[in-house]
Amino acid sequence: MFDLTGKCALITGASGGIGGSIAKALHAAGATVGLSGTRTEPLESLAAELGERAHVLPCNLSDADAVNALPKQAIEAMGAVDILVNNAGITRDNLFMRMSEEEWNTVLEVNLTSTFRLSKGVLRGMMKSRWGRIVNISSVVGSTGNPGQGNYAAAKAGMIGMSKSLAYEVASRGITVNAVAPGFIETAMTDKLTDDQKSGILGQIPTGRMGSPDEIAAAVLFLSSAEAGYLTGTTLHVNGGMAML
Amino acid sequence: MSDIADRVKKIVVEHLSVEEDKVVESASFIDDLGADSLDTVELVMAFEEEFGIEIPDDAAETIQTFGDAVKFISEAQ
Repeated sequence: MFDLTGKCALITGASGGIGGSIAKALHAAGATVGLSGTRTEPLESLAAELGERAHVLPCNLSDADAVNALPKQAIEAMGAVDILVNNAGITRDNLFMRMSEEEWNTVLEVNLTSTFRLSKGVLRGMMKSRWGRIVNISSVVGSTGNPGQGNYAAAKAGMIGMSKSLAYEVASRGITVNAVAPGFIETAMTDKLTDDQKSGILGQIPTGRMGSPDEIAAAVLFLSSAEAGYLTGTTLHVNGGMAML
Repeated sequence: MSDIADRVKKIVVEHLSVEEDKVVESASFIDDLGADSLDTVELVMAFEEEFGIEIPDDAAETIQTFGDAVKFISEAQ
């Protein structure tokens, strides 16, 4: 099931825990993958692990020119971008009353504006081929909010509204646009939480555990598949039941 | 009719599946030829490829009719 042979997928944030798992899952289903991220070294080692059909495409998502150039670089490397996974994300947590404009702008720029730019850049090819998949990695906090994450929650909620609007526009061309909203997943981002924070969080998750990156990758693989062609503008909440939306 | 007009007409006929004789100078892509707004984006993309030019977004918005397209492309070349 879910055969992506012949499809080319660009994944941002592929040097991170969730992004790496997404790249592996799409690659295992037969896709050619373009691994993007800020840090070249982990991208290179992931590409080496995957072997054939893996390309390293470093990009700093806070640099507008670099972001606008990435789709072209991906097409040069792979021949096309049939699947775009906007996974990269950063946090600059602070109490709202203390949050600087810079903390706000940086998070919006990297998490939301880069998603706009990259989606726009890959749509031309998808429109021509009458097939495309855009999967935006949002977050449970985009729907529930979270103290200290006003910027991050705004960006992640923004991705959902943007996905729905774009989904309307391009549905007739065989392009679907969906979001995946992870809950608490075991990654470097959640490793930073203290034990007290972790136990507090686990108390709110009916499954009683954090999710694994592979469980996010599975949702992305499904949304990227031909089988999910009738699913667009939706958000898959993969959060162990902590918010049943 | 100029070579440019012929090539533009061919793209319009193919993309919008309309009769060739409907594609007259004053024909509006949306009002007369049944295009939706996304079709007009795709037409501009096709013009760019056919003629090897770049049509910026603000210019693309001014191309409403077949005549507009021929005029713009003639001037851009």
